Amino acid sequence: MIRLENVTKHYGSFVAVDDISLEVPRGLLYGFLGPNGAGKTTTLRIIAGILRPTNGRVLLGGDDVHRNPIPAKMRLGFIPDRPFVYDKLTGVEFLRFVAGLYGQDGDAVERRIAELLEVFELVSWKDELVEAYSHGMRQKLIISSALIHRPQCIVVDEPMVGLDPKAARLLKDIFRQFVGRGGTVLMSTHTLEVADAMCDRIAIIQHGKIVAEGTVDDLRRQHRAGDASLEELFLKLTGGAQVRDLVEVLGEGDGGHAA
Amino acid sequence: MKQPSLWRVLEPKWRTALQRIREERSRGGSGKLVTLVIVGVLFWLAVYLLLYLVLRHFRADPDLGSLLAGKVLGVVLLSFIAILVLSNVITALSSFFLAKDLDLLVSAPVDWLRIYLAKLSETLLHSSWMVALMAVPILTAYGVTYRGGPLFVPYAVLTIFPMLVLPAVAGSALTLVLVNIFPARRTRDLLSIVALGAAGVVILLFRLIRPERLVSPEGFRNLLDFIAVLRTPTSPLLPSEWATKATMGFLQGAIDPLPLVLLWTTAAAAVTLGALLHRQLYATGFTKAQEGAERFVRGGLWRWTVGTLLAFLPVAKREFVLKDIKLFFRDTTQWSQLILLAVLVVVYLFNIKMLPLHRGEQVGFFYVTLVSFLNLGLAGFVLAAIAARFIFPAVSLEGRHMWLLRSSPLDLRALLWSKYWVGTLPLLALALLLTGLTNVLLQVRPFMMVVGLVTICGLTFAIAALALGFGALYPQFETENAAQIPTSFGGLVFMMATIALLGAVIFLLWQAVYQYVRAVFLGQPVVVDAWMIAWFAAAAALCAAATAVPLWVGLRRIERFEF
Repeated sequence: MIRLENVTKHYGSFVAVDDISLEVPRGLLYGFLGPNGAGKTTTLRIIAGILRPTNGRVLLGGDDVHRNPIPAKMRLGFIPDRPFVYDKLTGVEFLRFVAGLYGQDGDAVERRIAELLEVFELVSWKDELVEAYSHGMRQKLIISSALIHRPQCIVVDEPMVGLDPKAARLLKDIFRQFVGRGGTVLMSTHTLEVADAMCDRIAIIQHGKIVAEGTVDDLRRQHRAGDASLEELFLKLTGGAQVRDLVEVLGEGDGGHAA
Repeated sequence: MKQPSLWRVLEPKWRTALQRIREERSRGGSGKLVTLVIVGVLFWLAVYLLLYLVLRHFRADPDLGSLLAGKVLGVVLLSFIAILVLSNVITALSSFFLAKDLDLLVSAPVDWLRIYLAKLSETLLHSSWMVALMAVPILTAYGVTYRGGPLFVPYAVLTIFPMLVLPAVAGSALTLVLVNIFPARRTRDLLSIVALGAAGVVILLFRLIRPERLVSPEGFRNLLDFIAVLRTPTSPLLPSEWATKATMGFLQGAIDPLPLVLLWTTAAAAVTLGALLHRQLYATGFTKAQEGAERFVRGGLWRWTVGTLLAFLPVAKREFVLKDIKLFFRDTTQWSQLILLAVLVVVYLFNIKMLPLHRGEQVGFFYVTLVSFLNLGLAGFVLAAIAARFIFPAVSLEGRHMWLLRSSPLDLRALLWSKYWVGTLPLLALALLLTGLTNVLLQVRPFMMVVGLVTICGLTFAIAALALGFGALYPQFETENAAQIPTSFGGLVFMMATIALLGAVIFLLWQAVYQYVRAVFLGQPVVVDAWMIAWFAAAAALCAAATAVPLWVGLRRIERFEF
């Protein structure tokens, strides 16, 4: 469903994404992990058609996102990590606007909006301006907007940030059901427990390159990690195991005042 | 605990400014800087020369000259103070209550006095730099005309600085009180309406009392009356009056320290009182500023009216237009500017009505036609200024939401189409109103009426396209305040391009209109020949090109945006 072929992205002399090739088949929940600044968000924004790759191409359901964007993007629902929404629209107006971007209107859209607002417990807020929403409520609204046109694949950057435990659980269930019905989810996250519990396959990216790819068991075997947790595996692969002495970083327990 | 210096508290601001300059330079922005400097220097020179000529004329009269020069300076400084109070009130609201760095500053162990002084300095700088720059050619003209010598420079700085501080303190204090009464976001709405309404009323009153009559000799019964008016200070309590006295005293060699002492001591007292007020009210005001977002709105009206009218459009375009209209009318800072616009239109038409054109016989026709023709240029300029304010920022304001638009299957032409027509149709209505009513007031003949209306339509389409195209070429995605976008470099380039277009179209049309004027003037029949058609066609082609090319370039640019 999602296919990246030798995708590279340069910002001036800085290489953010370095010759990545990846295939995410239908019916799979795919985790995209990596330390801060590894190139995850850039890759996801290239897949969503927001950024143009310097080299390579991205196919969604066989259509090139940049050469043939309309059919490719009709299949996609994108949830960014720092979404800006129109503050002066109400929740319902925002969802109606997004449906319009996908060429949908009428009773079917109104029913879908009502359904999504109900699921995400936003019904009592539907006629309020988005500027009055909390961060978590905005996140729920964005997730609703990504689902409004019934996409075939969802690309999501840090989905759990700002969600309360109930909404986080709801989102996990939605993603699992979505995948169970043949949908595809590509999800970047720093929450390794979530990735471990939810993802069918995982790719770990560092310095713009994919350093490991497969199921968690595959990764353990490939890197001779025994029955190490995903967290230990991640730290081993990304070099994050050399944690500084925490006592030194936090001070010596006198309330932050160095002796 | 040792408190950080004021310089340190302001560090994020000045470091950001420096970084922006560096980035601009690394992007090859020295061309921009050179253009800005050239335009700025030309503007300064024009102001300087104009005032220098006036002052030289005044100086020729030893009795009245200095009185007149002092009166002019008093009026200029008074208008500066009025502008500064308004702009400080609005700027203080952002810097004291809505800025992004406040959470960090307020949560850090920085004392209230440093926060006050840092934010007051920020407010002062943001709201006064333009006035300070404007004062340079004005005071230079005074210094040169009255031979102030090199000492006049530091003396003028010493005089003007406290005059800038006073409105900053007053504006900040007023904002502080208002925020404690209303929530900050509501205060911003309220201030936008009050400030623009007040500015509109002042302009309207100033124009309707017809100040040009004051310079007519028949307006005064005798010379003594005239001198009495000149000698009367606007108000002895106004800082602008003290600054005028200090400046004119120095220039006439009769230095009186009192006005300068008054300025500095009042400024110092004002800062002290402002700081005390800040200590009392800031904490509660800042807390109130965190609330107050508007909640319920009624969006049904737009959907039933505009939505129904646009039912024939594809759904994406219709939703885009509806969204743009709702966002405009729900943002008070945007729509409140329409108040000022309405006032300016009334003043514009009033000026045309007051023109003494229908006093002669033959001259009447020639001048009426000339004024009607040149009015096209003036109306075009007014439309360009409005387009700079409302259409030029359209693409920039969409920047933060581009993740949504670019990841959806929206054809970016629909985005551009919506932005273009949402901006163009109101502009066209205004253009037709300005030109049509002006021509009716001027009693022009049908030929000029048709030429005027058709030309202004063509110009409106082109001006709107240029605004959108340059807005896409020079986007300002990081700016939070839409009002700042037109004053950017791109806004300047847009205005220059539009003025060039207006000049070219007027030049082309004049060739055709001249034949008409000459024929009517000589009593000959008006013949529409091949040359006349060719000139009209050239003007139409130019307008068409100025519409199509910027839109095409804008679309290409939007397609390449990266976020």
